Amino acid sequence: MGVDLTLVLQGLVSGLLFGGVYSLMAVGLTLIFGVMRVVNFAHGDMMVWGMYLAYLLAARAGIDPYVGFVPCAAALFVLGLVVQRGLVDRIIAAPHEMQILLMLGVALVLENVALMAFGPEPTRVRSPLGAATLWLGPVFVDVARLVTFAVAVALTVAVSLFLHRTDAGRMIRAVADNTYGALVIGADARRVYAVAFGVGAACVGAAGALVSPILPFQPSTGLSLSVTSFNIVIIGGMGSLPGAFIGGLLVSVAESLGAVFFKPSLKELMSFSLLIVILLVRPAGLFGRRTL
Amino acid sequence: MKWLIVAALAALLALPAVLSSYALTIFILIFFYGFLGQAWNIVGGYAGQLSAGHAAFVGVGGYTATMLATSAGLTPWLGMFVGAALAALLGAIIGYLGFRFGLRGFYFVLLTVAFAEICRVAVSNIDALGGPLGLYITFTGDPRQFQFQDPRVYYYIALALMLAATAIAWAIGRRRFGVYLAAIREDETAAEASGVNAFRYKMLAMIVSSFLTGLGGTFYAFYLFSLQPNSLFGIPLSVEIIIRPIVGGAGTLAGPILGSFILTPLAELSRLYLGGGGLHGAHLIAYGVLLIGVVLFLPEGAYPRLRRALQRSRRS
Amino acid sequence: MTPLLEARGLSRSFGGLRAVAGLDLTVAPGEVLGLIGPNGAGKTTVFNLLSGFLAPDGGDVRFGGRSIVGLPPHAICRLGLARTFQITRPFARMTVLENVRVGALARHPRAPEALDRAREVVERVGLGARAGLAATALTIAERKRLELARALATEPALLLLDEVMAGLNPTEVEAIIRLIRDVHASGISLVLIEHNMRAVMALSHRIVALSFGEKIAEGTPAEVADHPRVIEAYLGDEYVRAAPA
Repeated sequence: MGVDLTLVLQGLVSGLLFGGVYSLMAVGLTLIFGVMRVVNFAHGDMMVWGMYLAYLLAARAGIDPYVGFVPCAAALFVLGLVVQRGLVDRIIAAPHEMQILLMLGVALVLENVALMAFGPEPTRVRSPLGAATLWLGPVFVDVARLVTFAVAVALTVAVSLFLHRTDAGRMIRAVADNTYGALVIGADARRVYAVAFGVGAACVGAAGALVSPILPFQPSTGLSLSVTSFNIVIIGGMGSLPGAFIGGLLVSVAESLGAVFFKPSLKELMSFSLLIVILLVRPAGLFGRRTL
Repeated sequence: MKWLIVAALAALLALPAVLSSYALTIFILIFFYGFLGQAWNIVGGYAGQLSAGHAAFVGVGGYTATMLATSAGLTPWLGMFVGAALAALLGAIIGYLGFRFGLRGFYFVLLTVAFAEICRVAVSNIDALGGPLGLYITFTGDPRQFQFQDPRVYYYIALALMLAATAIAWAIGRRRFGVYLAAIREDETAAEASGVNAFRYKMLAMIVSSFLTGLGGTFYAFYLFSLQPNSLFGIPLSVEIIIRPIVGGAGTLAGPILGSFILTPLAELSRLYLGGGGLHGAHLIAYGVLLIGVVLFLPEGAYPRLRRALQRSRRS
Repeated sequence: MTPLLEARGLSRSFGGLRAVAGLDLTVAPGEVLGLIGPNGAGKTTVFNLLSGFLAPDGGDVRFGGRSIVGLPPHAICRLGLARTFQITRPFARMTVLENVRVGALARHPRAPEALDRAREVVERVGLGARAGLAATALTIAERKRLELARALATEPALLLLDEVMAGLNPTEVEAIIRLIRDVHASGISLVLIEHNMRAVMALSHRIVALSFGEKIAEGTPAEVADHPRVIEAYLGDEYVRAAPA
């Protein structure tokens, strides 16, 4: 084999660490889909807003993204709430096409407001951890990536705890599992939907902030992030939280290894091709195991 | 009602005599996007299969005709049909994969977007097709090369395209094909139980739609004299294609036309007043807001609402 | 006489759940077969298997002598086996007439002829006065008739009716019993899934009783009504012991 094993190992480790963010992103999407059966086409664009907010906090207020992810998550939580209460809620009973078009509209607005506000050129956030690296045996690791991974995983665990240990979380799972049953026992479905959407958006807000020092981004990044989110969630099983988590790590490692073996400009090509393969191999009614 | 259509047609035919060249351009765009919207309407409106990747067919059609013209000297009048045929082939592939594997709703949308993006990235990376900078067509003004000195010719061609697509949609609507598509759109399972071969009719709709859209690709290329992968295959064009029928009324004959008459001047105005250059995004924001508005308040589109209002006023 | 429909060893499982297990079923030409059983017995699954909406894990289905396993639903419909759905599925944005026309187009590919034929069927089921209304404007009883009409318009030899009386009041039930008799008199064989025992007993020549996916009884209405396993399935075994010997 003509490929350096160290490079492969490097790719594996980098991919795994980056996967924390993908997992968090996918967890957010799964939450939204699992509870409301709404496909959030604006998911990637929300994440990009998380990135831009982190950028603003860093550039204007000197707040490190590793701290700034909290206000970013909060801001996106509010956005999610507003989108759900103001828009999605009104069409919860409408045919699915309407819901798709609605979220497409939201995606268009988010992406192009970002375009008008920040311009089309790629941006990156500088973090004080920026260039620091660690050696882990034969591979080196960006400290930034390590911290991102750690925080992302911590947040994912937090969300999981929220869903399993708090009353609000249990209510969300009940509604996701069996809406009518939950209504019978007094669940306020609309409030649950709003919180679920908000938490889902907060997840990508945080993910965006955490990844902003590692990945250069521009308004158009939203689409590829959305596609990646769908890839992960479909692989992991729509509506399955553990599936989203593992799927995120898997996809990230695959992408990273792909970059080792193939031309980087083909990354988008592979991402979309993967999506098509997944769509075909796991056909429509594939609602994974709803183990939110 | 018939008289209204005849009168409108006569007006449209006579209009170029009095229009400024700028106004002429607007009308050409109205007709062109009306044409593309009507082509999409066949599969997206009548059959209810939401495709958000129709730009792929524009791109395939346009690039094919252009390459055939520049490297093989084939007149675009013939090249456009080759391009359309290739676009229909792509449509058949997408349709086959989507419909055979039972992809509906959101999954089908994703499939179409994925294919369009793959085409875009692929073409951007192929130098023979001009790479990311695209292709340019030298201006000769030669009608045999689908180039005209007089912009009024483009006006009539665009109008003819829009009318042709509308005529095809009308013909489909009257026959079993159209009724079956509507049944599939309403409830595919019930349609199957009533003897409708959903797969076959969805495929047919997809092929007709993508063929027509591919024709539009040639017009687009030779009207603008340039093709870029991002413009010809990208999501913004797909959005332009679907938003007019959706706002105007998907699944109706007048919807795409009405939608184009409403939105095209609006888009032009926003482009003018919110500036060009870096503010490209402005009209797309407007589109996003419009999509949201339509879904919330006018889910069937403008035309059905208008028609009901007219009927009510006629009764009182 | 060759049976019109013959299912042998029909089986279907979902995950670990055996919905239908080794079912044998025959329908003779001109027969009305009742299919009864408690909820969850697998009756609708049987209909889905027969009409091509589900593929069996095992067994064969022969319609008019030929095997139809693996054929798509629309092909089976065209062969003359039509079905209705337990929860009606009208084409919401079409009128009653347009709904039925979709069925008629299966036999009359030209749209104007199909419309004429649809008009006849609509009259026949008693929806003539409502023909121009949108399907969503109909009452439940009317929707059941619409569902029936649309299936009738495909000119079937065998019609599977899935709980066509569910949700109807006694007057409506009487009316639909008359309609079903009328349909049968015109030469169409029927299989009825019903919970309305009186109706099933009155209409059927034979009855098959299912429980947990298996056939537990088969025979004339009188035979099945007294069958201990049927009583046990519906009411529990105390009633079996209490039943007159």
